[in-house]
Amino acid sequence: MSVETATKPMAADLTIPVDTRAASLRAIYIIWYRDILRYWRDRWRLVASLAQPLLFLIVFGSGLSSSLGSGTLFGARGGLSYIQFMYPGIIGMSILFTAIFGAMSIVWDREFGFLKEVLVAPIDRWAVAVGKALGGTTQAMIQGLILLVLAPFVGVKLSVLTVLAIIPLAAVLAFGLASFGVMLASMMKSLQGFQVVMNFLMMPMFFLSGALFPLTGLPGWMTVLTRLDPASYGIDPLRRVVLSDSGLSSAVVDRLGLTINGHVLPIPLEVGVMLAFGVVLLGIAVVMFQRRD
Amino acid sequence: MAEAVIEAKGLVKKYGELEAVRGIDLQVAPGEIFGFLGPNGAGKSTTISMLCTLLSPTAGTARVAGIDVVHDPARVRQKIGLVFQDPSLDDQLTGRENLEFHAFIYSVPAEVRRARIDQMLELLQLTDRASSQVRTYSGGMKRRLEIARGMLHEPQILFLDEPTLGLDPQTRRNIWTHLNDLRSRTGITIFMTTHYMDEAEYCDRIAIIDRGQIVALGTPDQLKAMVGGDVVTMTSTQLDAAAEEIEKSFRVTPTRVDGTLRMEVPDGKKFVPRLVRELTVPVDTISLRRPSLDDVFLKLTGRAIRDEEAGDRDRMRQMASRWMGRRR
Repeated sequence: MSVETATKPMAADLTIPVDTRAASLRAIYIIWYRDILRYWRDRWRLVASLAQPLLFLIVFGSGLSSSLGSGTLFGARGGLSYIQFMYPGIIGMSILFTAIFGAMSIVWDREFGFLKEVLVAPIDRWAVAVGKALGGTTQAMIQGLILLVLAPFVGVKLSVLTVLAIIPLAAVLAFGLASFGVMLASMMKSLQGFQVVMNFLMMPMFFLSGALFPLTGLPGWMTVLTRLDPASYGIDPLRRVVLSDSGLSSAVVDRLGLTINGHVLPIPLEVGVMLAFGVVLLGIAVVMFQRRD
Repeated sequence: MAEAVIEAKGLVKKYGELEAVRGIDLQVAPGEIFGFLGPNGAGKSTTISMLCTLLSPTAGTARVAGIDVVHDPARVRQKIGLVFQDPSLDDQLTGRENLEFHAFIYSVPAEVRRARIDQMLELLQLTDRASSQVRTYSGGMKRRLEIARGMLHEPQILFLDEPTLGLDPQTRRNIWTHLNDLRSRTGITIFMTTHYMDEAEYCDRIAIIDRGQIVALGTPDQLKAMVGGDVVTMTSTQLDAAAEEIEKSFRVTPTRVDGTLRMEVPDGKKFVPRLVRELTVPVDTISLRRPSLDDVFLKLTGRAIRDEEAGDRDRMRQMASRWMGRRR
């Protein structure tokens, strides 16, 4: 009992003023901070995760470029090489995988017991979901933005303004997918389901997202699937902005862009779709987290 | 007894047909070290989980730190520290970082955060390893860090579920030294479960639990006094004949335990010479000792708690919970 209790006997430790909103914000911060700390500490993972995009750009990109003739979108006349085209897609790929994996580390936390420490704490569960989503978002953004240093090597010019425009777009894509990851994790009991998620959700999402090929002139069924893939709405604006400085006519860029019924989607609309996707999925994750014991 | 900090009345937990806990009543006073002793599957973990608000009771009530565990679990959690049976540290973070994380999610005020982390590290002798990643810690250090973490938000009660499980005897003793030290310095109440009989001796009071019910409750000495006097154990090549004769001429009923005859007598020092002198059946070995809690458990339940056996079952249980427990 402190001295205060003598002066205010009624307040005797029955009501500690617990500001739940402040507590939740603190929890979000530390959950986010832990993820960044672990990401930063694991330098090898950082290096290893750059290997895959490089492999895609150098081997896959060069290989495919040489077999794409001048009759295609990537002919000499258009002025756009395949590597230039896929470069923003590979940034998107990095963001996609890092965001989902980052957020899904909840499943690892559950496996190794740490999640228990978090879930029994006197904090609201929604803060856990939000903290994890933000952690995944940040990791994915760093991972995606690191790849911008490769721009000169693939013949893409970036101005400061372009980079400034890329950051929020990368953030939106990362947030949408990290929320997706948190939602998946909230439904997974163990690491067993992980392969299934990888093969049946993440890989199709990546292939259908327009990261590797333009989403125009596809068979009907595939056109539908690519438009249902949320990642498409995050990668398309990224591509348009990245390529805007490279001396390509806007007609060429638009021809490669995401369309619905032949209409090119404006970037703000695409951003809106991605954000809405993220918010809805995070909402589902919060509900799932609150429900489970 | 001073006002109880833990008070349970008729706690029951059922899993479908299975009644894991069948009506537990207990009171724990402030500053007590209270031990919950029993074999695996007796309902220890289920009971502690209900008191910690991790499980909701099927019936009955419990108040912890004066707060109802069913009505206000969040406030109970702010007032208690938890050390789980299974590890729950982030082993990629350092010891200090694990404590910082805890301080944040338990709303430890920023002004005292650093000082309190230092104090807890000091108290559990982890200061010099505080900046190492937890994956480099030994089993005992990890446990100590978990205890430090559980104490960080200044709880009134520290709950520990099998805190020494899987540790070697020396480390177990060391953990106990720390717990005692912690109690004498902070006056915290400690509630813990164990299936190690020798550990229960460190407790102020013990509840022996078997098949979901408390079968005895008291100080270690009180419990041992339930066994009448001393315990005499003898072996013989003719165990049956010896048992029969002892029952007839000494008015003591021996029980057979692992190929020995075990009997409880009021005054062992006088009984042993008389037994050796008067028994016609040859005696191979004979021993006399003060009763232990093992003897108490044996007397109350007719079974012995054996650590080795428990160890096996523990491993099985842990495996089972890895695959099935999360489905609950």
